[in-house]
Amino acid sequence: MDAEEHILRLSQDPEWADLTPIPQDDGPNPVVPIAYKPDFIETMDYFRAVYKANEFSPRALQLTHQAILLNPGNYTVWHFRRLILDALGIDLNEELNFMLGISERNPKNYQIWHHRRWIAEKLGTDAASKELEFTRRMLSLDAKNYHAWSHRQWVLQALGGWENELDYCHQLLEEDVFNNSAWNQRYFVVTRSPLLGGLEATRESEVKYTIEAILGNPGNESPWRYLRGLYKNDPKSWISDPQVSSVCLKVLSAEANHVFALSTLLDLLSHGFQANQEFRDAVDSLRPSNSDPADSDLAKTICSILRHVDPMRVNYWTWRKSKLPSAVSV
Amino acid sequence: MESGRETVTQVEQWSVEDRVFRIYNMFASIPPGAQTTLLELQRDEHIKYLNEGLKQLGPSFVALDSSRPWLCYWIIHSMALLGESLDYELENNAIDFLNRCQDPNGGFGGGPGQMPHLATTYAAVNSIVTLGGQKALSSINRDKLYNFLLRMKDPSGAFRMHDAGEIDVRACYTAISVASILNILDDELVRGVGNFILSCQTYEGGIAGEPGSEAHGGYTFCGLAAMILINEVNHLDLAGLIDWVVFRQGVECGFQGRVNKLVDGCYSFWQGGVLALLQRIDLVTGEYLSLFDSGEEDSPGNSTSEGEDTDGISSGAEETCHFKNGEQQDASCSVNYTSSNHTRSLGNVETEPLFHSLALQQYILLCSQLENGGFRDKPGKPRDFYHTCYCLSGLSVCQHCCSKDYDSPSVPGQVLGPYPNLLEPVHPLYNVVLKQYREVREFFSRSRAKLN
Ligand SMILES: [Zn+2]
Repeated sequence: MDAEEHILRLSQDPEWADLTPIPQDDGPNPVVPIAYKPDFIETMDYFRAVYKANEFSPRALQLTHQAILLNPGNYTVWHFRRLILDALGIDLNEELNFMLGISERNPKNYQIWHHRRWIAEKLGTDAASKELEFTRRMLSLDAKNYHAWSHRQWVLQALGGWENELDYCHQLLEEDVFNNSAWNQRYFVVTRSPLLGGLEATRESEVKYTIEAILGNPGNESPWRYLRGLYKNDPKSWISDPQVSSVCLKVLSAEANHVFALSTLLDLLSHGFQANQEFRDAVDSLRPSNSDPADSDLAKTICSILRHVDPMRVNYWTWRKSKLPSAVSV
Repeated sequence: MESGRETVTQVEQWSVEDRVFRIYNMFASIPPGAQTTLLELQRDEHIKYLNEGLKQLGPSFVALDSSRPWLCYWIIHSMALLGESLDYELENNAIDFLNRCQDPNGGFGGGPGQMPHLATTYAAVNSIVTLGGQKALSSINRDKLYNFLLRMKDPSGAFRMHDAGEIDVRACYTAISVASILNILDDELVRGVGNFILSCQTYEGGIAGEPGSEAHGGYTFCGLAAMILINEVNHLDLAGLIDWVVFRQGVECGFQGRVNKLVDGCYSFWQGGVLALLQRIDLVTGEYLSLFDSGEEDSPGNSTSEGEDTDGISSGAEETCHFKNGEQQDASCSVNYTSSNHTRSLGNVETEPLFHSLALQQYILLCSQLENGGFRDKPGKPRDFYHTCYCLSGLSVCQHCCSKDYDSPSVPGQVLGPYPNLLEPVHPLYNVVLKQYREVREFFSRSRAKLN
């Protein structure tokens, strides 16, 4: 709407009289031809002219503005705009204001985020809080916007501002514990924040936090994967930490979705976890009445149960079963 | 954290489940004859929709004015999957138009006169490969394209989308894919890219666009395919990757792109393609078991067979394009197909894929397909060419993933709906139809680029 209202009438504007517009070289019979509106054709014809002439001028900057409003996906226009901004030494804080409305209308456009990263990089650490605030606003509109999260991670790593990030993750998970992007961000913070001391230092409190989330919603895949991630590259602790096996046992003994507890237990067993009778009983009680007789190998029994309770992945569980070492009997 | 309160994720998920299950319940309640009709692939309608798009697009497509080679690829590849070739004039028009998107210094832009971009280069090259023939294939300036790829390479080894553009796994895949299919992949292009992709595999098991981001179906396909193409797939945590991707198929029968996100038809290819690729990886050696070069290309005397060009100007390509090396491929096949060893490979190529193929076909045909042509993300959304392309690609992957040899007809039990639903098979590393893949390999093995 605003794009059409504010469109320049370039061909009638004396300011542009010196420039010869360049039409698009589509050829005589183009495929996928688009029925462009006249204002689009005019704007792009003049854009091609300033682009070809390498004209870094205020009017060219204004023209890129028009072109971006008409099609924010045109990366050539964005690129040229950055060259002009550089050449004219424009205050980039103003550029951020220009970006506001466009970003909200096109939250999944690669170009706006790339442009934003370019600006923030130039502004340096001063931009950190503004960029964190901006992504927070974009995430309040869509808490799983992939580009917004990537930008936020880049800001944290390049410009800083880690202080409240774990709280922010907590807040988002309080709002929606199924928000996997927030879990991923949490992992990003505990593994990369210079303030927290890394995975080793945070594991204990993180395990507690995650287990609470699992017990609240045992069918929520996100915290299960997060829990596994907390022991990445440390299978020894993964199988020896009693908190991990006991959360499996708790879920298996409750009325709940058992798929993730079973698959986690299967993973523990294949890494060498020794299950006691309590685990065997809990698993046995889940065997469907019409299934094969219990196997002496607990892992095989788990695969058989998963074939029943998780039929979408029947081939996967069959395959997992076929990969188990065959001679194990305890 | 209480389970009592409904969250945004739950509310949206339940609403989609509701729509999808309503369709499945309706389907279950009608007589078998009517069911067969509903499962029919509406070939004529799809072809009509695609043909019209190729000839004219409305003003709203201005948002895709920098993605016109993509529009070409989505449409032309969809037609090829349906076994439909373009008429002579339209084919010539397509070749001419794509050539106008080619930059004088290499690579293809989003439209005539736009900067070259890796994604549109991939789309243009795949379109041209799909069109096939001397005129189309020789329109690509491979020497210049190679230079463009080198210019897009970051010192880290990863690729940028365009001059001063963003670096991500998509850029890496599109660069490696075009270099591979055009037979210009060498050590210089490969250097460091594997390490970048490796750094994008997340704690969840899937692959993200950049290090630290969330595992995502599109990037997982790109990362895995690129790692196979550069022969470094065994560096990935494959067990973790498999576990992540099999869980992306949900109760709606289709795939989602990320954990706790909504089902979407386009992931039929991105995630289904990941599983089709994984099915051919030997987990012990990390070798990719190519079935695609079998047949005429590997017959004795073929120009790509051993001895003739294993060294020379593109020796790097010979080392990295393992799949085109007849010798290695035979060795891996013999390992895989002896029954005593078949559990070494991930999927048993001769039997079942690790996802639910019939369920996925059901989602594509009943939930994504529109009666009057085209496919959509999910019920309630409009059709578009992107989803048409990737729903059809995913459908083809489902229909053919169990075939021992891609040239032999698919096992009828693997095709949901009437047998004429059967689509052309694709080469899942590039997502071009197999027949055209074979032609381009043959073409560029005869006329190599003069590099260095
Ligand atoms: Zn989609």
